[in-house]
Amino acid sequence: MIPGEFTYHRPSSVAEAVAILVSHGDEARPLSGGHSLIPMMKLRMAAPEHLVDLGGIADLKGISEDGGTITIGCMTTQHELIGSDLLADKLPIVRETSLLIADPQIRYMGTLGGNVANGDPGNDMPGLMQCLNATYVLTGPDGDRDVAARDFYEAAYFTALAPEEILTAVKIPVPPAGHGYAYEKLKRKVGDYATAAAAVVLTMNGGTVSSCSVALTNVADTPLYAADASTILTGSTLDDATVKNAVAAAEAITDPASDGRGPAEYRTKMAGIMMQRALARAAERASA
Amino acid sequence: MSDIEQIPVTVTVNGKKVQRFVEPRTLLIHFLREELNLTGPHIGCETSHCGACTIEMDGMSVKSCTMFAAQANGAELTTIEGMANPDGTLSALQEGFRQMHGLQCGYCTPGMITRAHTLLKENPNPTEEEIRMGIAGNLCRCTGYQNIVKAIQYAADQLNQPETQEAAE
Repeated sequence: MIPGEFTYHRPSSVAEAVAILVSHGDEARPLSGGHSLIPMMKLRMAAPEHLVDLGGIADLKGISEDGGTITIGCMTTQHELIGSDLLADKLPIVRETSLLIADPQIRYMGTLGGNVANGDPGNDMPGLMQCLNATYVLTGPDGDRDVAARDFYEAAYFTALAPEEILTAVKIPVPPAGHGYAYEKLKRKVGDYATAAAAVVLTMNGGTVSSCSVALTNVADTPLYAADASTILTGSTLDDATVKNAVAAAEAITDPASDGRGPAEYRTKMAGIMMQRALARAAERASA
Repeated sequence: MSDIEQIPVTVTVNGKKVQRFVEPRTLLIHFLREELNLTGPHIGCETSHCGACTIEMDGMSVKSCTMFAAQANGAELTTIEGMANPDGTLSALQEGFRQMHGLQCGYCTPGMITRAHTLLKENPNPTEEEIRMGIAGNLCRCTGYQNIVKAIQYAADQLNQPETQEAAE
């Protein structure tokens, strides 16, 4: 499997990279870790004439915190997310999710930016970013613009990212200390995409849920922020009846494909089960 | 002949600096096997699943079938050909695979050993579970992994004995 021909560019700044994208339009693609794009190129499902390798732009790596927001550069790898003390302390759900992505070799190369920008519904980070209400920074010829993760995904592989833009950073509001969290992923084997997965972040106050956010992975053309389910759970004590209602509300917005991971009905039910497990584990982890 | 310009790729492989001019679409596995004649890294699935093409790049385990050679420009690479001790004797990992019967057909072995090499550098004393998760990106269809895990444990034990540490380095 040999990819089609292309001209290779390795810019050393974002401005230079954007300029290359502007001059080649649809024929150019940015390359980050390459573990989505290169397999597609080998299958000739993608055949960019110009490949813009972002690996030479040092500014695009790194994790920092400023005033309650954690900013992660798009070229930060899954391996670096897993090893970050800052994330382990403030946003441990990121590490938990990264560890469920692919395998060690792929996590050394695969990046957060590539995972969220590609628009593959099988990727895990987009759902997590919707759960965390993250914002993507899209850098184009006219500078930066912010798009919420919850508004970014339009259909499989279709996103708000324009051909001349690069998703340069992800900004995540830090959840309160003591929040509960869990990412539950059902997969057929290590390294597989999710049959269904769910991300939950919540805060508890005296046995009552004071805030809650639920998102689902790989049970529709896009990741799904389960707004209704999140609202139903907020203010509850996570009693069985409320959880059942919330799960039903989340299942109602799924629209999975029937494929090798199972028939659509099964995957919808598994999304509900993953959500229930994530809720239980998040509640257990939250400080009252 | 394509009108796409060939580009220079310079890498240090197993301690030796080499440069070749290649088409940009050249995958790192093809660069190693066809340009440098290093046929230890194997082409297995070609879809980033099996790990037979695993090598070490700047301290990371990577699947060389899912990278362009151009992305490795300037990097230090280690393949199975660079695993033996400088005096030519088998490294602790290689010896472990031999002693513990960590291979049958041998196809996955170069990837398994290079992966385990990086794993033990990062975590010199892994638990069985950490070993199993650490080699999750390498498939073996013969051994059932049992003896591969034992081989890596053998190497970890050898490397953790003070008297052998020097020899291993």
